[in-house]
Amino acid sequence: MNDLHPARLAPRHFNLTARVLHWSMALAILAMLFVGIGMVTSLSLRPTLVSLHRPLGIAILLLAIVRLVNRLRHRPPPLPADLPRVQVLAAKASHWLLYALMFAMPLIGWSMLSAGGYPVTMFKGFNLPPIVPHDATVYAALRGAHTWLALLLFATVLLHLAAALFHAWVRRDEVFPSMARGASPTPASAAPEPAGVSPRDSGDNDADS
Amino acid sequence: MPVNDPADAPMTRHRWPALLAIALIVGGVALAFGWIAGWLTPGRLTPQRFTNAIESGNGQIYRGYRRAHAKGVCVAGYFEGNGQGVALSSARLFAPVRTPFAGRLSIAGGSPYGLDGKARVRSMALELNSDDGQQWRMAMNSFPFFGVSTVSAFYEQTRANTPDPATGKPDPAKQAAFLRAHPEFARFASWAKSAPWSTSWANTTFNGVNAFRFINARGDVRNVRWSMQPQAAFAAMTAEQRAAADGNFLSEDLQARLARAPLRWDMVVTLAQPGDPTADPAQPWPEDRQHVTVGTVVIESSTPQANGACRDINYDPLVLPTGVQGSDDPILAARSAVYSVSFNRREHDIASGKADTAVGKTAAPEARP
Ligand code: HEM
Ligand code: HEM
Repeated sequence: MNDLHPARLAPRHFNLTARVLHWSMALAILAMLFVGIGMVTSLSLRPTLVSLHRPLGIAILLLAIVRLVNRLRHRPPPLPADLPRVQVLAAKASHWLLYALMFAMPLIGWSMLSAGGYPVTMFKGFNLPPIVPHDATVYAALRGAHTWLALLLFATVLLHLAAALFHAWVRRDEVFPSMARGASPTPASAAPEPAGVSPRDSGDNDADS
Repeated sequence: MPVNDPADAPMTRHRWPALLAIALIVGGVALAFGWIAGWLTPGRLTPQRFTNAIESGNGQIYRGYRRAHAKGVCVAGYFEGNGQGVALSSARLFAPVRTPFAGRLSIAGGSPYGLDGKARVRSMALELNSDDGQQWRMAMNSFPFFGVSTVSAFYEQTRANTPDPATGKPDPAKQAAFLRAHPEFARFASWAKSAPWSTSWANTTFNGVNAFRFINARGDVRNVRWSMQPQAAFAAMTAEQRAAADGNFLSEDLQARLARAPLRWDMVVTLAQPGDPTADPAQPWPEDRQHVTVGTVVIESSTPQANGACRDINYDPLVLPTGVQGSDDPILAARSAVYSVSFNRREHDIASGKADTAVGKTAAPEARP
């Protein structure tokens, strides 16, 4: 996918689609984790929270599809050249893990309810069809996976948050701004760029989004 | 990449405040999660802890079985609406159509070997699948009202009735303390003592107990409760007859009756008047409230639960179709939460091969008290 762009045209920012999806999904996923853990540990809030949890989870699945397509079609900005190899590896691995979980969690939620014999209700009167057979063993496996992968997702999100803030506040490199905002037409007046960054923002691929 | 090293200067200057801020933010999010999960508040009553208390009350964990109402049989049949419910609720099954169900008849209690003659409370659960693709699950009991008004009171009741490991029996002092703290339980105690016992599931009335809301096609909302009233004639059973009866007489009687004819109950909806309490299942509504018969429950066949359709169903009373909503009754929300934990545990038992008896791989021991 990256072959289309010569290295010197590498974008310095994620495109608008990527940024909008990133921040809205970040909010939605964090909300899902809190709603999920909240509804299974509450004796009073479960009915309300579970009826929010199901459709929001499926919305995340749909957004994840759009996001993956966008990600494969548009080259992301490169990581800083001086980033240590382990950190580069950690960044790449955690990003693909996040993608995998963005798909896995909603699909497991949907199939787990199918296997448990529950209607997969999006809103009153509209159910998704079951995608796996009603079966105790399948249900138990998926139900366990929903918990453990949710905890893995939460741990990965926390690491991702820590790393993002590390880039923003400690390294003060271009990583955080690459997701926080687009190319600025007048870079000099934009939010503080670290000194020495040349305003070669023209590589931002907003144009082809 | 232009060669620039923006990291250098800040790295040496202000590293620690930034790192501290990051740790605080990330740690704060993790703590909030742990707090909501209840990991930091071991005293908070959660569905998991409630289920633990029920399991302790049972004296042991019966793997693969429901943690309450463990003993029962699967039944199948249909609900036939008579059209009278259409004015009350837009739920499809109130139309004059047949809606098939996968149901369950059971006795209350956590042991799958409980004696039928000793089970004060009997139950009916239905999972109705209407032809518009919607589902309605109900779990109803033979008591006309609940013993207590709040979730924490039911928890206290469960704790007070838990056998003391030393004696194998509940501690009378704890039971007395519970009764002192919950005078509202007297109504239930007197029902349990004086209400006649019937001879069969077939001539038992099953009550929804909790209040629900019906919404009709025009959007009018009514608070309701409902009962399944048997068409089979009531016949009382004396204490002596119960003591002499076989431990499984209910399922034997059921099979014998079903071999002759299907069994029927009228679904009777009670309409609340403004001001009737909806949030307190321990308080019955006045007798003179309007009753509407909306259709008939017809049971045609039964199967042992070990291999019946009902085994892997969670009869969560808040799985509802359009036209029906839960009320503000806190017991209803708590039931939904606790049933889910009980369901997860028993399905996990089955999946991990710990539930041979529950799935019929090994024979059940004789019924015992
Ligand atoms: C990004 C997607 C999702 C995330 C992050 C997520 C997260 C969670 C979490 C953290 C829990 C609590 C787990 C536990 O304590 O065991 C949970 C439970 C649950 N999730 Fe999800 N979930 C997602 C998608 C879905 C979807 C799409 C559905 C259904 C359509 C779903 C249905 C459920 C249900 C029904 C429960 C409660 C199960 C029970 O009480 O046994 N989830 N989820
Ligand atoms: C907070 C109060 C209550 C708690 C904690 C509670 C707890 C439970 C539990 C743990 C189960 C087993 C669920 C499963 O594994 O599928 C169960 C089943 C059942 N409960 Fe309750 N219950 C409560 C109130 C009620 C009330 C008010 C009624 C009556 C309307 C009721 C009727 C039933 C019935 C009929 C079943 C058996 C359903 C079946 O056949 O699967 N419960 N209850």
